[in-house]
Amino acid sequence: MNPEPLISLRSVGVRVGSTQILRDVNLDVASGDVVGLFGANGAGKTTALRLMATLIRPVSGTGVVLGADLTSAERYDVRRRIGMVGHVPGIFPELTLLENLVYSARVAGVPLEHAQEALAAVGLAGAADRLAGASSHGMQRRTEFARELMIDRSILLLDEPHSALDRDAVDLVEGLIERKAAEGGAVIVVSHDRDRIEAIAQRSVELRGGTLV
Amino acid sequence: MTSGFWHQVRAVAHRDLLRERRRGDVLWVTIPFGALALLLVPLAIGTDAKLLREIGAGMYWVIVMLFGVLVAVGKASRETQPQQDASSLLGLDPAAGYVGRTASSLILLLAFELAVGAVAVGLYDIDLLGVGWLVLTLVVVALGLALLGTLTASIVNSTSAGTALVPLLVAPLSVPLLLGATQAYDGLRYGHTIVSWVLLMAAVVLVVAMIGVLTARPLQES
Repeated sequence: MNPEPLISLRSVGVRVGSTQILRDVNLDVASGDVVGLFGANGAGKTTALRLMATLIRPVSGTGVVLGADLTSAERYDVRRRIGMVGHVPGIFPELTLLENLVYSARVAGVPLEHAQEALAAVGLAGAADRLAGASSHGMQRRTEFARELMIDRSILLLDEPHSALDRDAVDLVEGLIERKAAEGGAVIVVSHDRDRIEAIAQRSVELRGGTLV
Repeated sequence: MTSGFWHQVRAVAHRDLLRERRRGDVLWVTIPFGALALLLVPLAIGTDAKLLREIGAGMYWVIVMLFGVLVAVGKASRETQPQQDASSLLGLDPAAGYVGRTASSLILLLAFELAVGAVAVGLYDIDLLGVGWLVLTLVVVALGLALLGTLTASIVNSTSAGTALVPLLVAPLSVPLLLGATQAYDGLRYGHTIVSWVLLMAAVVLVVAMIGVLTARPLQES
């Protein structure tokens, strides 16, 4: 018998305001899977990631993530196990890179010394006291990957993870993806760089007009 | 493991105060403009010392209400969607987020009240009567405005109406605070009991706090 998928979407539809972004989406993602998610601009890739992160609810169909129904209050309990690095950084520009990670550690209940270690792991130990707003986009993204290294996640959702990163950082991200899959987690990677993602993903899906093909 | 409620409250409050320290909005914009507003009144109505003394406390509270709500709303609505998403995925309890943002606003509002209060005392020759009650009134008003401003920002962020809603949301609940604060000062001046006015303000604080905590999750998810 196959184990329960970490993500299971059945005929899911998502509406943002009055616009139907996703329709009739079906997807199963199992433990150890690395899935590439492609699609043109505006196809609904970021909305699909936010849906799988439990941050938005479907208006039709059924979705289960880490055993939690996406329309029930259970989904709040599993959020802490889902990591997401979007193409717009979710860090605070007025805080230093280290302060951003310390804030994350405090909220997530992770020992504070892990923040310094995670920053060093992404090659930013020397930039710990630099304001995030005065750091390059690549450094901000590295800081977000440091947050994902610091917190034990079962699912990683990565939106254009290679953009704005140098060669070392790309290696780091790909190492993180491989490690997460080897640990029994699941990784969904949104990208326009099909060749690069298909080299690390077991399978790929494409969003066209809000539907997975 | 997710950290406890109060631990998260402290993390959010600390984060917001660090952000404010670096931005300096309250110190370099709101306090000077609040002081300027107090300074403009004598220029507009003349320098009749008796009249200024009569209206001084009322003017002070009006300035505190108007600028105070802007401090709390502005600060709390400064979070982008990716920042909110990141906090949610850290396991941040929305109620802890609300209380944490309110706590940081409270500290900023107390600083604003004290700084502008010093200007008001100097300009309008206001008597500092019943210091204990006055301090209690300052704290209750600051807490009420912090709760109200943070709640308003949460509502504005969760609807498409945007900031156009702010005056409609703020006005009904800030009026009892303004009334309570001005009447409490008059009570101290004329030797009347002010307990009922303080209780009115405390009731507003309690109601807004309950609404804020209970609606934190639905507002975040809407």
